[in-house]
Amino acid sequence: MNFLSNKSYIAWYFVIPVVFIHLFVIGIPSILSLALCLTDWSGLGKINYVGFENFIELFDDRYFKKAIFHNILWTIIFLTVPVCIALMCAYLLTGIKRGQMFYRLAFFFPYMLASVVNCQIWKYLFHPIHGLGGFFESIGIEALASSPFTTKDTSLYAAAFVDGWHFWGFLVVIYLTGMYQVDNHLYEAADIEGASKFQKFRYITLPMIRPIFIFSLMIIIIWSVPVFDYVYILTGGGPAYSSEVVANYLYTHAFVRFNVGYASAVGTLMFFYVIFIVGIFGLLRRLGWEI
Amino acid sequence: MLVSNFRRKEAIPNHFILILFALLAVLPILVLFFNSIKPFSEFGLNPLGPPSEVRLQNFPDAWIAGEYTKIFFNSSKLVFGSVILCLAVSLLAGFSLAKLNPKGSTVIAIYLLVGISIPAQLYILPLFLLWKELSLLNTHIGLIIIYSALNAPFATFLIRSYMIRLPDELFDAAKLDGANTFQIFFRIALPLSWPVILTAGLIIGLAVWNEFLFALTFITDPNFKPMATILFSFQARFENNYALQSAAAIMMVAPIAILFMLFQRRFISGLTSGGLKE
Repeated sequence: MNFLSNKSYIAWYFVIPVVFIHLFVIGIPSILSLALCLTDWSGLGKINYVGFENFIELFDDRYFKKAIFHNILWTIIFLTVPVCIALMCAYLLTGIKRGQMFYRLAFFFPYMLASVVNCQIWKYLFHPIHGLGGFFESIGIEALASSPFTTKDTSLYAAAFVDGWHFWGFLVVIYLTGMYQVDNHLYEAADIEGASKFQKFRYITLPMIRPIFIFSLMIIIIWSVPVFDYVYILTGGGPAYSSEVVANYLYTHAFVRFNVGYASAVGTLMFFYVIFIVGIFGLLRRLGWEI
Repeated sequence: MLVSNFRRKEAIPNHFILILFALLAVLPILVLFFNSIKPFSEFGLNPLGPPSEVRLQNFPDAWIAGEYTKIFFNSSKLVFGSVILCLAVSLLAGFSLAKLNPKGSTVIAIYLLVGISIPAQLYILPLFLLWKELSLLNTHIGLIIIYSALNAPFATFLIRSYMIRLPDELFDAAKLDGANTFQIFFRIALPLSWPVILTAGLIIGLAVWNEFLFALTFITDPNFKPMATILFSFQARFENNYALQSAAAIMMVAPIAILFMLFQRRFISGLTSGGLKE
């Protein structure tokens, strides 16, 4: 493998471009942000060090607390609904030979589409006049007779639904890959023992795909932190902050009010939360959890 | 491969459930397609079904109203620019990490792995101020650099995991023949890696075509905007003209749908490879 190890500086030449471009766009601005969160900078003029004042102010802001709560809700929704549906569909797919490719493509296709397109589709479908509003009204679901994106009680769930609709096919494919690695003899043995379909899932499939399953939970938790597109496009965080999420909160402070120090404080919290989650999963792996 | 773990008669209810979910995934997109070829006057009576009369004129109408000649050009420029720049840096790095093993390569791997999980919100504002300072706002090259950096860690790992499986004997033989490292890279590693180059290129291109947050933030001049943010403002501009809106959305979907039909396996394996890495 080390066929050129005697001239290892050449190996570094190959790595420099990617490191350079990544540091330039992501590394250095990230470090700047971690430093600026302790200042009251507005993007222009003098930079004053203010200590942890931004963080104190943040946790006094009830809109920020609301946004955090919504992100937690979002995470919980994504850890349950798409995961259960995807597990079920993937498990059912393993039992099907004819037409399996068709299902896979159908489930996966929405994942390929842009957030703007998906949002447009569902804005139309949930439109009270054109879309399914009339249909929902006629079958007695009054809550969906008006657009759920403009109703306070439903706006967050509606945005999460559209994001989840686009995302769950991705999970199906991941779980399916894991399920195909399960040794078939286990199922045959279970058949001889007379195990039911659900028992086979619970006692063979689920334990065997555990590494992929746990990993999927981790990426869902991490990806639920910077959620932005679907909320920004569908509801803009409204009405009346009912669907405000942390990323949208940050965006408003960063690019509408140019509150650099304050926005950096929000970004810093998001960053440490993600590192914390990755750290926990890393620790569990160290402790021999086989994930 | 798995032998069916269901008895045959059980397969029918399975199909029933799966078809329901497949319809949930596909029908909304089908409605969008129907609406894109529906005359505007038909929306009141028939908002969801297939059109009674196909009106392809919606597409030229949307094309002209949204000045899509320019917008298509903008997006294509971003896609090709990012794919080329990102592939170039990632191929070099992936080759080095797979076959040259520089001292301290684990540090770089860890740096790139952390880089993948940093939320964009942490660095987007300092980056914006930096780009303002460098006059890169509202330029395509500025966005191409950002997109290349965003996708480079993923592409590097994808390429690395492919190149690591190329047989070492080939490289050793070339070295014995007196080839230097750059010649080995261009003459041996690159020609053997075209499958992963294609996969990575498709995934990067898809990500750039669909990207919203950075396009929204770094390009505010409508003359330079790509498809995603143009479609967003299009939805507000023609709020009630669903025929025009849907046609514009289909124009954004069509290239992806065609490429997806041609390269389904590459898209699926490429997009899920991040989730399956051990």
